[in-house]
Amino acid sequence: MSSRSLPLDPSIAPPGTRNFRDAGGIPADQWHADQNGETLVPTHCCFCGVQCGMYLRVNRAGKVFGVEPRDHDINRMRLCPKGINAYQQVNHPDRLTAPLMRRSRDEPFREASWEEALDFTVAEIRRIQGAHGNDAFGLLGGASLFSEKTYLVGKFGRVALKTRHVDYNGRLCMVSAAGANKLAFGIDRAGNPFSDILLTDCLLIAGSNVGECFPVMTQYLWGARDRGATLIVVDPRETAVARTADIHVALKPGTDAAFFNAVLNVVISEGLTDEQFLAEHTTGWDEVRSTVASYTPERAADICGIPASQVVQVARTFAGARRAMAWHARGIEHHSQGVENCLTVINLCAATGNLGKPGAGYGTITGQGNGQGGREHGQKADLLPGGRSITDPEHRRQICEIWGIEESELPSAGTSMMEMVWQMQRQEIRGLIGICNNPFVSLPNYATVKAGYDCLEFHAQFDFFLSETAANAHVVFPVTTWAEDEGVMANAEARVVKHNKAQEPPGGVRTDTWVMCQLAQRLGVGDKFVFPGSREVFEELRIASAGTVNDYYGITYERLEESGGISWPCPSTDHPGTPRLFEDGQTFHPDRKVHMQVVEWHPPMDPYDEEHPMSLTTGRTVAHFLSGNQTRRLGALVEQTPRPWVEIHPSHGFRNGAPVRVVTRRGSGVFPALVTEAIRPDTVFIPYHWPVPTAANALTIDALDPRSKIPEYKVCACRIEAAERIDEVPAPPTGPGRQAYPAAQVSRTDPLPPTSPQGRGTAERS
Amino acid sequence: MMGRTIFIDPGRCIGCQACVSACRECDSHRGKSMIHLDYPDEGHSVASLPTVCMHCEDPVAPCAEVCPADAILVTADGVVQQADTTRCIGCANCVNACPFGVPKIDLQAKLQMKCNLCYDRTAYGLAPMCATVCPTGALFYGTLEELQAERPGVQVADSFTFGDVVVSTGVAMVVPADKVQWPVPGGLPIVEVNGKDVAR
Ligand code: SF4
Ligand code: SF4
Repeated sequence: MSSRSLPLDPSIAPPGTRNFRDAGGIPADQWHADQNGETLVPTHCCFCGVQCGMYLRVNRAGKVFGVEPRDHDINRMRLCPKGINAYQQVNHPDRLTAPLMRRSRDEPFREASWEEALDFTVAEIRRIQGAHGNDAFGLLGGASLFSEKTYLVGKFGRVALKTRHVDYNGRLCMVSAAGANKLAFGIDRAGNPFSDILLTDCLLIAGSNVGECFPVMTQYLWGARDRGATLIVVDPRETAVARTADIHVALKPGTDAAFFNAVLNVVISEGLTDEQFLAEHTTGWDEVRSTVASYTPERAADICGIPASQVVQVARTFAGARRAMAWHARGIEHHSQGVENCLTVINLCAATGNLGKPGAGYGTITGQGNGQGGREHGQKADLLPGGRSITDPEHRRQICEIWGIEESELPSAGTSMMEMVWQMQRQEIRGLIGICNNPFVSLPNYATVKAGYDCLEFHAQFDFFLSETAANAHVVFPVTTWAEDEGVMANAEARVVKHNKAQEPPGGVRTDTWVMCQLAQRLGVGDKFVFPGSREVFEELRIASAGTVNDYYGITYERLEESGGISWPCPSTDHPGTPRLFEDGQTFHPDRKVHMQVVEWHPPMDPYDEEHPMSLTTGRTVAHFLSGNQTRRLGALVEQTPRPWVEIHPSHGFRNGAPVRVVTRRGSGVFPALVTEAIRPDTVFIPYHWPVPTAANALTIDALDPRSKIPEYKVCACRIEAAERIDEVPAPPTGPGRQAYPAAQVSRTDPLPPTSPQGRGTAERS
Repeated sequence: MMGRTIFIDPGRCIGCQACVSACRECDSHRGKSMIHLDYPDEGHSVASLPTVCMHCEDPVAPCAEVCPADAILVTADGVVQQADTTRCIGCANCVNACPFGVPKIDLQAKLQMKCNLCYDRTAYGLAPMCATVCPTGALFYGTLEELQAERPGVQVADSFTFGDVVVSTGVAMVVPADKVQWPVPGGLPIVEVNGKDVAR
């Protein structure tokens, strides 16, 4: 440390905190930053499931004001634009700094004291539960929370609210993959670390726009290709990664299971199966083999709208490779047969013996930062901590013992997030607390969601910005950002990493942990919620997970601070963690085998007809994160992608930028056309980060996968029409007395020359 | 040929604009990005192409050559600096002279700004911000040997023709191995690959 810099404040500075120039070996006296007393706090990006390491730059006043790349194992200093701009939300003027309250939705919000807001919330919980039973109150958590907080959400729902209606927004993320992995392997996580991608000979990416949704993972893809690996991309759109693939299968949305069944059919007919692996390590192979027999390449070509030769080509390339890997994401998971789609990919990996080896296996590409960790410790409707089942008597007994309650007091399984909205409409759920989620933008079929929430007698939200959903609430609790608290997240590799606190929260802001503990105390169970901070919650989480498949017992804050992260299961403090599963060919089922599952393809739930002949599919853009509540406030990201668009093939005759109305059975919206050959003629695409009227989710269908209950975001029937004008993009709601929303509020850039409406024009040309 | 420099590989670019955001974070022109990201084949493909200052070497940087105020300095290690704020008169001669379309004028401030290869970082051994964060390696900072160790067989060009004029640059561009005779993305025919003449 330079003699010219101020000593680090030990109350804020976590281990590993550095002086600015130490990071690059620059002589401290050459650099003004040191003279400013700047420090670098090591942490991770708050956004997607890559969990890139970064330093937050903290000034002499103890405020976060910038970002510096960090040489962490996962990302090797790389960051995407979201990660680079994330720090701007910490001290953003839109931050909520006092609880907001109103007794009815007809009133405007007013700022309230914490006492008043907490007391009012507890009175409403008691009133609703007293009149209609405990299950009339619901709780929705979020997968952007640290794992400590997701653990606490599950415990708070069951022990303090005593309701069975606990679920979370990871339900909209990767639960299909989770369900499939659990069925096939008895464990719910990716089989291989990212670093295995560098060792593979053939990489199959199914339904993932890696370049925009997981940008920093691209370095692994390109690294594999530098070594000569073949790349296969299955996606209806020619994405940046598909553009350079050896084989791009542009299949029709909603036909993935038919495609993968047909690939397996060819693998069998060409004699490319790994019979030894199948015999020693799998069950169900005979049934799978006979089912896929009817999925000939010609039949798949017909269903999927692709040449039959591509099916053969993919089968020969994947099965012919010495080591092959399959990674998939929402593109195949956001379907009414999302679990089955994932199972067909698993069948392909198992049939070719591509499991549990360096460079051979499978992975799921998580959307949210803690999409993996967020469901492991009990905020999912059917799960208890450690991935235990809430319906298993032995699992219930174990958790009740840790929580100090009677088994009879522990509620049973609840319903999923979308089903809870339907229950709100039927007044089966009358009160709700939402933590770190924004269903008004993220759930499908907006009209239904709005109607459900409007029926609520009481609604409270925890958030640090006033989201579209929070704007509908009776109480809004202002809580911390990721930079103002410590905690762990598990990334897409199931690698647990630790986020560190970089600044004190603004006055009036509390941690989610504090708020839940305060509510629990007022609900009469304060003795079960004595958690001064995340560390104490993590200690209980470790114990609650011990001995389960999701074993965190051996992971401690100290170990995480010393390492680049530890992958679970990690049963003891001297265990190195488990980056790669099944190295001995053994799965986590009692018989230690891969349970292959029979899948028959069925068409999407929203049928095509003369009025709705085309497919609508949705997805992300690189500049925005999920519902956009955070990223739609950051100037640089808004400039990069100011509004949604509709991607259309030139054969429909629209001019670039022309207003196009997209109509489904649920509603319609007008978007500027992005005319491109990069999409199938029978399909259109709209990115989903915006609220109504330009919400893709005003159009999507609320059909669910029967097992995972994930909505079918990735396909519904639609038609397109020419329109007069483009709908305005609404600004995020702001709190009382706060500045209205100018896009470039935090950005230090001057206004740019206008980009094309799609945000795809030439950027930054003077 | 080149020492430590930026290598641009448009074949890897995913158009994420992390480089643009990172460039804004750089302390030497904080708040402004000096990177151009183009979509050369829009409507047909999602291909994207980043351009940073090419730090022309031969002839001496055209922007610096035409500057009437002598505001653009070239350092001994070949980095073409952004205009000296005390000298620049905002006349935009440099904008017109640059064959790659790099310098920008802030009309209000009457000041030219351009990429200076993050001189505040590179002078001390760090990589420029854009090449540090680029998730794909489309912008790579290092020596040709370091690049080739990571990407076996990679070919690069650092001489380009504009009509009859040949411009050699400090920043190099990756050329697809099977297409060394072709123009590089952006339409500039190349004259040299890995230091060897391929002009004719
Ligand atoms: S959003 Fe994802 S890829 Fe981008 S910086 Fe954050 S963790 Fe990395
Ligand atoms: S950061 Fe890299 S991949 Fe992203 S736009 Fe810039 S050059 Fe392309």
